[in-house]
Amino acid sequence: MIEQVFRDQWGRVLASLIGYFGDFDLAEEAAAEAFAVAARRWPSDGMPDNPAGWLVTTARNRAIDRLRRDRVLAAKLHLLAVSESDDTMRETSGIPDERLELIFTCCHPALAIEAQVALTLRGVAGLTTEEIARAFLVSGETMKRRLTRAKTKIKTAGIPFKVPPANLLGERLNAVLAVIYLIFNEGYSRETGLAAEAIGLDRVLVTLLPGEPEPQGLLALMLLHDARRNARFDDEDLVLLKDQDRSRWDWEQIAEATTILDRAISRARRPYTLQAAIAALYTEDPPDWLQIAALYTELADLTGSPVMNLNRAVAVAEADGPAVALALVDTLDLGDYQYWHSTRAELLRRLGRDTEAAAAYREALARARTVPERRFLEKQIATLSPS
Amino acid sequence: MQYALLIYRDETVAQGETEEEQAQVTRDYWALRSEPEMIGGAGLHPVETATTVRSQDGQLLITDGPFADTKEVFAGFYLIEADDIDRAAEVAGKIPAVRFGGVIEIRPVIETPS
Repeated sequence: MIEQVFRDQWGRVLASLIGYFGDFDLAEEAAAEAFAVAARRWPSDGMPDNPAGWLVTTARNRAIDRLRRDRVLAAKLHLLAVSESDDTMRETSGIPDERLELIFTCCHPALAIEAQVALTLRGVAGLTTEEIARAFLVSGETMKRRLTRAKTKIKTAGIPFKVPPANLLGERLNAVLAVIYLIFNEGYSRETGLAAEAIGLDRVLVTLLPGEPEPQGLLALMLLHDARRNARFDDEDLVLLKDQDRSRWDWEQIAEATTILDRAISRARRPYTLQAAIAALYTEDPPDWLQIAALYTELADLTGSPVMNLNRAVAVAEADGPAVALALVDTLDLGDYQYWHSTRAELLRRLGRDTEAAAAYREALARARTVPERRFLEKQIATLSPS
Repeated sequence: MQYALLIYRDETVAQGETEEEQAQVTRDYWALRSEPEMIGGAGLHPVETATTVRSQDGQLLITDGPFADTKEVFAGFYLIEADDIDRAAEVAGKIPAVRFGGVIEIRPVIETPS
């Protein structure tokens, strides 16, 4: 119970402390100390009415005490002197929600993408360094170094703790959404719990940036994918969308996603929102393939991504047959892409060109990253009749 | 805080097609000097005039040429005072070299102990 509160409050508390101290490390230490005090006291004293406020106040007071004692850090006191008069900040008073500032700091383009991901999970989602390391299959030491280097860069290079001005907001928001979606996909291809973290992060964005439709589009997209999580695997085996047991889909979540999507798409037809619209169409039985193909065309125009054209070909195969689709696929320059090969393979198989299909599956297999994907491809090859 | 904006460009690529255009580019470099953030800076003569000094076996070794033999060479820098890296990047984006395929490296400057 307390653990859940900790997880929920970490981002807010840390963000508020960074805003106050202007220093990521100092804020993190202070937050950790306050959470430790809470872990000792709350079980016997009971939880305060405003846990976040309590944690922030405790963290500030502890950190200020420590700074006063620590002469090496005396230089920082001039900064504290200003805000210290702010004694009205009591346990029950509201603290400003500065998670948005924190998210934009963590996802600043001057940081490497791996660092953006790690910082966001540590800073905003409140995962421990060890948890992040496990999710990304690196050692705890490596992850600790990555985070330390990123925090040093924030400080030394002057990466701001603020919501970007209007002229930068769109582009920076896209960077944040990309980080969140990357976290989601990392959780989606393997069972890491990261999918839920990504959804939680995006919910924060949706709450704090209600005027922006694209975070809502991404939320709808992730909720739709995630609603199918229980049907995606049969034991260890990957199950294709068309073969999934629809009764195992989370229909309540799909309904929530559809409501969010309808609101978002009426305001702007941006990439994540359009992908969510496609994911929503896929939940219908049978899906409206013509409309899906049209949406992929719109996406390809918007993003210039050949992958969208590949996806369009998959929809075209359902609407107009595999021959038309294969002709489309063969115009795309995606030879390094696993799903280009597996899509070709599937179309060739449906056209009865088994030898070519097997060769294409093997190309896909050589590029597959996860065990279930490899096993799926091997199974496909086994079902083809050798010529 | 202070940032150095280091300009790297391919000196074989002209900055402007006509003499007039090139003169305008030179004026643009100078105009940047009057940005409110500007502290200082310098444009450098072409890399063929570079000389390198290093220590070898306790002796100073002086050789012709730049430190690194790369297509893009260090061509000059500005020193600015800016609130944060976003503002520094905005000033960097105005440096004419960027329009001609050049790259600006932003480096925070170590504060002088007071």
